[in-house]
Amino acid sequence: MFETSRRKLLTASAAMAFAVSSLPAVAQEGVEPPVKAAFVYVGPVGDFGWTYAHDQGRKCLEENLGDKVETSYVENVAEGPDAERVIRQLAQEDNDIVFTTSFGFMNPTIKVAKQFPDVKFEHATGYTTGGNENMGLYNSKFYQGRAVLGTIAGMMSESGKAGYVASFPIPEVVMGINAFQLAAQKVNPDFETQVVWVNSWYDPAKEADAAKALLSQGADVITQHTDSPAPLQAAEEAGAIAFGQAWDMTSFAPNAHMTAIVDQWCPYYTSRVQALLDGTWEADNVWLGMAEGEVEMAPFNDAMPEDVKEAAQKIVDETKAGEYEIFTGPITDQSGEVRIPEGEVIPESDLLQMDWYVEGVQS
Amino acid sequence: MTLLKLEPRREQSRGMMLAAPVIAVGLTLVVGAIVFTLLGHNGLAAIYEIFIRPLFNPYRWQDLLVKAAPLAIIAVGLAIGFRANVWNIGGEGQYILGGLAGTGIALLTLDMSGGWILPVMLVCGILGGMAWAAIPAALKTTLGVNEILSSLMLNYVAIQLLYYLMRGPWKDPMGFNFPQTAMFSADQTLPYAIPGTLIHLGIPIAIAIALTAFGVMTRTITGFQVRVVGLAPKAAAYGGFGAASTVWLALMVGGGLAGLAGILEAAGPFGQMVPQFPTGYGYTAIIVAFLGRLNPLGILAAALVLALTYVGGESAQTTIGLPSAAAGVFQAMMLFFLLATDILVRYRIVSGSPATARTAPASETGTAGSSEAAKPKTVTA
Amino acid sequence: MSLDLLVAILMTVAGAATPLLIAGLGELVVEKSGVLNLGVEGMMLIGAVTGFAVGTTTGLPVLGAVVAMFAAALAAAIFAVLTLTLMANQVATGLALTIFGTGVSALIGAPFVGITTNTLGPIFPDALTSSPLLRLVFGHSPLVYIGLALTFGVAWFLNRSRAGLILRAVGESDSAAHAIGYPVLKVRYLAVLFGGAMAGLAGSYYSLVLTPMWAERLTAGRGWIAIALVVFASWKPGRMLLGAYLFGLVITMELQAKAAGFNMFAPEFLASLPYIATIAVLAIISAAKRGGTNAPACLGKPFRAAT
Repeated sequence: MFETSRRKLLTASAAMAFAVSSLPAVAQEGVEPPVKAAFVYVGPVGDFGWTYAHDQGRKCLEENLGDKVETSYVENVAEGPDAERVIRQLAQEDNDIVFTTSFGFMNPTIKVAKQFPDVKFEHATGYTTGGNENMGLYNSKFYQGRAVLGTIAGMMSESGKAGYVASFPIPEVVMGINAFQLAAQKVNPDFETQVVWVNSWYDPAKEADAAKALLSQGADVITQHTDSPAPLQAAEEAGAIAFGQAWDMTSFAPNAHMTAIVDQWCPYYTSRVQALLDGTWEADNVWLGMAEGEVEMAPFNDAMPEDVKEAAQKIVDETKAGEYEIFTGPITDQSGEVRIPEGEVIPESDLLQMDWYVEGVQS
Repeated sequence: MTLLKLEPRREQSRGMMLAAPVIAVGLTLVVGAIVFTLLGHNGLAAIYEIFIRPLFNPYRWQDLLVKAAPLAIIAVGLAIGFRANVWNIGGEGQYILGGLAGTGIALLTLDMSGGWILPVMLVCGILGGMAWAAIPAALKTTLGVNEILSSLMLNYVAIQLLYYLMRGPWKDPMGFNFPQTAMFSADQTLPYAIPGTLIHLGIPIAIAIALTAFGVMTRTITGFQVRVVGLAPKAAAYGGFGAASTVWLALMVGGGLAGLAGILEAAGPFGQMVPQFPTGYGYTAIIVAFLGRLNPLGILAAALVLALTYVGGESAQTTIGLPSAAAGVFQAMMLFFLLATDILVRYRIVSGSPATARTAPASETGTAGSSEAAKPKTVTA
Repeated sequence: MSLDLLVAILMTVAGAATPLLIAGLGELVVEKSGVLNLGVEGMMLIGAVTGFAVGTTTGLPVLGAVVAMFAAALAAAIFAVLTLTLMANQVATGLALTIFGTGVSALIGAPFVGITTNTLGPIFPDALTSSPLLRLVFGHSPLVYIGLALTFGVAWFLNRSRAGLILRAVGESDSAAHAIGYPVLKVRYLAVLFGGAMAGLAGSYYSLVLTPMWAERLTAGRGWIAIALVVFASWKPGRMLLGAYLFGLVITMELQAKAAGFNMFAPEFLASLPYIATIAVLAIISAAKRGGTNAPACLGKPFRAAT
């Protein structure tokens, strides 16, 4: 189910000031089981979105490693000094490894990691460790899943227009929008993606109203980068199709829910704790995708036509095999200028600070 | 309840001032233990983890002080207004504006160095909070607009202003397009009061402010003015204390201190400005002000108690897996009981034995849990 | 603009406005009696979670909405005992009530995360909703009609009924009302309980109609907007209706404009608009009335009979 072998290391580019030091592979003593692993969550475990997915990863880690691991978590932690306090407290309470699972925890994690060199820290979605050798970074290539969604949308949409309910224009969200549109465009060159920013990660009523607005303006596919299932429900009511976010949300929209990008944090959590047990833990900076099992697609809806299923599955298979990369040129931006020439791939360091949209995105 | 009657006391009971919070905490422990046991959690363990265990850990004391400092600073300012019947509940907005004003200076001086930078930031923080509080003050004194409502509305406007600045003009150009400012430089960061600990300069400042406020309120003419206007506006007018000047005074002190708390947080624990900067301190400080009975020294204690519910709530999550929502319920229950027992200070309960009087504010909770309560109560003592 | 689009927009406006209207009317009555309950958000959350829990387990969303009213009224009763009988500060107690409601709703709701339920959807037969215009009239959740009816009911109660007169008297001058022999505390108790029930009903609108699900903090701050709207409406039910629908219209048009590809304003400006507008309305009314808003004179002040 998971791999403890080599994971792909993000190429540390000087421009990004990645501070990953490559420690010499000295044989280390493993941590005596049980490893104490703690998780810091930005939302409630009951959000059925981002935090819920991380907590599922934690539970799965417990299942995988049994009595070799003991986990605990703190939920609803505000980003900033509250996070710093919680992280420090977890380090003081003899945890061996602390996973901090929101971008806003990056600076607090850096500060605490400096003070506790013997504790390992893992931060999700950040871009720097501030030079700490006991702090790793991890993130998932959710955009790979967005390419699958875009393919389905491009093939199934009759109006050729998708509505995208988005939170904030940070690189993670921008690259997701672009991946979706690029994939849809490959199937239907005239495809358009209309983005509505709701300026919140979680506001069910507003997300639902945004989806309704998009549907009434001619979109017949709804996709989202916000945390609640509300846009799916709006699509279900309108008879449109939509996709789940972070977790399989079929139960909220049995007809509209075609598939979902499932955040599978379990393989990473398991491998990192296992590495601690084996004494092989090293600070790394990884961006894992479908190949590593970090990004999964929820089962395709039976209502999906066979050819669409096949096309979607093909992208999944090729992505896993490393043969498909959505950000391969030629890529044209909104102004019609060719940004990426034919055959070139956008470097990961550029993706991580993406702030422009591809042709066909209306934002 | 009809058997009991409330009778106003001539003077506030000093004994009850001290006893009421103890009674309230006791009731919280009893009722909390019962409720959470009924909900399927270990009620006694929850109480121990939240309210007691952190007190035996020196690290947690540092956390408590860091968390309590901004609450105390804001609450002292608000309490001065509350005493004068000026209901500024815009502490949250004034805190944000203080943080933003100081951040503005920090961003202007990112490439400079010198010991003057931090003091300028702090002064601008105070001015920023004052400026935001000047809006309800002006509306109140010129048009008679209710300051509860205008100051509350301005909190939301302040949050949106923060979001706008983070998303656009003040975004760190090197920050991978994440909406937040650059980290402050060393000269812009609050130094530690005790090296090697988390005790930053904001903590002695908070204590100094509370002591000063205590002195001003009890021993100076200005303090007298504030109290008189609050207690008897008409008498105050005879004495030549203008209502308008009191409104301005109250809001400027409240806004200035909230602004100071804001920039102390930004330059201290945050070290930068982020969209997540507001965490409801302005609202929590209102509760702190009342728990402290609008007395600056009481506020210091109340801020620590409230900080304890946060810090203890977090450790209870990891140690016994208590959901964060449960800590919130505990916090709310304690506030309810503290607010309820406040009446004992101002009123005496007649035609009832002391035992019934004690349970009166929480008659629905019954007395069944009193034996269970004995244990945790002795531990706090 | 096609008829279909217009109807779709208006339907969304009604959906966004209804919970604010219902909760706001409840708070309006509370404030008219001289009590300021800032715990609307907490009570809405309690209503949302109990409504969803009962609606899902029984399969009867109507029952869910009814239970939501009772549960939130129960939470309001805590507030009433503290502020009316024990004379605790209303602002602090209201804030504590919101903390309480947020926590309690999360505890109750934990087993209900990740499922959906029957909605409290349109009640009229399909034949009546076949065309867009008919849909605009008959195609709503019953709560939309309840919100409209409630506006007229509250307006009639406050302005035309004897009980409403007493309630206003209590809010304007509790000591005078008491001297005449009106039961000040009883009136305020009833008002606070009514406000709680309405907040609960509004909360259940989110979990049973608009976004039929439960997740922590489902109402995402709408309780505070309802409180702002009461002020915006200057304590008049008719203006409350106007304010809630205007707010719904602004929100909906913003999203519609974005969906059509127009981004005219900074989103932060639009988000702060309701609050700026409320302050402006307060200032204008105060200026027109030379120092008096419509605010009940005793708003937020504790009452104790002199005897």
